[in-house]
Amino acid sequence: MTEPERRLLTPEEYRQAQDSPEFTELRRRFRRFAVPMTVAFLAWYLLYVLLSTYAVDLMNTHVFGDVNLGILLGLGQFVTTFAITQAYVAYSARNTDPIADEMRSRLEAHEYRSEGQR
Amino acid sequence: MTIGTPAVNISIFGVFVLITLFVTFRASRNNASAADYYAAGRNISGTQNGLAISGDYLSAASFLGIAGAIAVYGYDGFLYSIGFLVAWLVALLLVAELLRNTARFTMADVLAFRMRQGPVRTAAALSTLAVSLFYLLAQMAGAGGLVTLLLGISGAGAQALVVVVVGALMIFYVLVGGMRGTTYVQMIKATLLIAGALVMTVWVLGKYGFNLSSLLGGAADTAAQQATPRDVLSPMGQYGASGTSKLDFVSLGLALVLGTAGLPHVLMRFYTVPTAKDARKSVVWAIWLIGFFYLFSLVIGYGAGALVGADRILAAPGAVNSAAPLLAFELGGTVLLGIIAGVAFATILAVVAGLTITASASFAHDIYNSVIKKGAASGTQEVRVARITSCVIGAVAIGLGILALQAGLNIAFLVALAFAVAASANLPTILYTLFWKRFTTRGALWSIYGGLISCLVLIVFSPVVSGAPVNPVTGVSPSLIQGDGFSWFPLNNPGLVSIPLAFFLGWLGTVLDRGGADADKYAELEVRSLTGIGAEKAVQH
Repeated sequence: MTEPERRLLTPEEYRQAQDSPEFTELRRRFRRFAVPMTVAFLAWYLLYVLLSTYAVDLMNTHVFGDVNLGILLGLGQFVTTFAITQAYVAYSARNTDPIADEMRSRLEAHEYRSEGQR
Repeated sequence: MTIGTPAVNISIFGVFVLITLFVTFRASRNNASAADYYAAGRNISGTQNGLAISGDYLSAASFLGIAGAIAVYGYDGFLYSIGFLVAWLVALLLVAELLRNTARFTMADVLAFRMRQGPVRTAAALSTLAVSLFYLLAQMAGAGGLVTLLLGISGAGAQALVVVVVGALMIFYVLVGGMRGTTYVQMIKATLLIAGALVMTVWVLGKYGFNLSSLLGGAADTAAQQATPRDVLSPMGQYGASGTSKLDFVSLGLALVLGTAGLPHVLMRFYTVPTAKDARKSVVWAIWLIGFFYLFSLVIGYGAGALVGADRILAAPGAVNSAAPLLAFELGGTVLLGIIAGVAFATILAVVAGLTITASASFAHDIYNSVIKKGAASGTQEVRVARITSCVIGAVAIGLGILALQAGLNIAFLVALAFAVAASANLPTILYTLFWKRFTTRGALWSIYGGLISCLVLIVFSPVVSGAPVNPVTGVSPSLIQGDGFSWFPLNNPGLVSIPLAFFLGWLGTVLDRGGADADKYAELEVRSLTGIGAEKAVQH
């Protein structure tokens, strides 16, 4: 009933892997997309909420027919959410997945074990 | 007042129950280990899990509450759907994959990863239980309103009986099916719900020549003729009354966008897939499905506002929450109403099952095994405790459901409170744990307890519980407690205060913690979260 014991790495291996240039690059690439994008979509969302709350007349501007600016910006939130989702999928497949996959197989082969450990 | 034919509604719901019971039985054959019971053996594909996440997330609040809020108040109801959707980007970019790579069964697995196990796990389990209970309360309140409207059942005893039946079914799904059975129920339900919403959307748009502007114009015209005329196209129809209510809107917006990535029952779904890439794929599917569903609910909401009208909606049992069923009856008569009613029941049943398995897993895995037994309990013992806990939570949910029948709060609003607790108690610690090297046990405890307690205290002393002014139309106060109130916090949603406070306490607790962070553990967490080394593998059958 217990699950098969996983072959764990030593703390030294994790430290070595964490300090390796390829991991630094992986982390840099991951954060370079995730952090600015998070700031951007949160700012855009909060701008939308604040405009809806404190700029009612502006949001009430009719753009065409009975569709006003508020509804359009709200639908714009849907569009940007879908766009960021697909951009992230494309970005990670090209920039982070290859490094992560390669490092994982090297970790599984214990290639980050230093000479002193056996 | 009832609408439609109760017999039709009951039979359509009965068909759903029979199908899902059959599926649950079949799924139960592979429920041997803890990984099977809690995480469906991690064998669910990314696409399937995306559908199941949608099923878990599109609760009665999304379907009934949002459509109702848009139908009655117009634009302000739209914010719920936008916040609920944009929130998924937090989960996609910052949480889903990293969590799948590092944790096993529960949210506490990752929160306690770098920390002293006992205290942090206990804190995380308590906040899991708190969020799940708020969410359960919302679902049961929805069930109560629907029952009165759709099954033609009135009288407290008969309504209580229906809640007991719903609760018993849910316990059965969870006990027999485990996470796999629950996942299949969610998938079936999500398919039905999205298909039902699509049919109603196309139908409504067809009546307006597939022109959004005409639909909005129709909604505005109907709303202008109601007893309380409203401009449903303008923001602040619901929240514009005062500076305080405007601030409440901002607070709600913040809680919605930061709550999703801290919801334990959503996080637990990431463990049911084989790899982090499947977790990513499931979130991508969920975002598209949920996004389109919310676009449908915009049309359904304005359609109900235009074709049914706010007066009839508010006069129906279940009030705001009855907009979508009333629109279904208006469009397609008894049959469409029966289908939508069956789907709404299925929605409640599936979400409640998902919440129950999350809460029981957290108790069994985090408190029973990790804290009480110090990790010595076997998988079998843990699953047995989880099953017993499911029964207890089921009983609590039935009790709350019977109480909720009398309360009559908007269920989207109750869910928003659950989001506020999740965003305050869980999200800061999740983000600090994953990304802040110096974060310590004290920081985690201060942030979890600070967020949880401040949130609960502010809710207790808010107009939600007492002291809201009496509504001149109904003659009662929207608060839970009538009469003289003891509220001093002006906002209904505490997020604006409690979320920044929890982030601040996490930082403060850490800088005041002389113990410092465990650098080895952070190295392990960081390497594992980004590369997937050592991640839990799928169970082979």
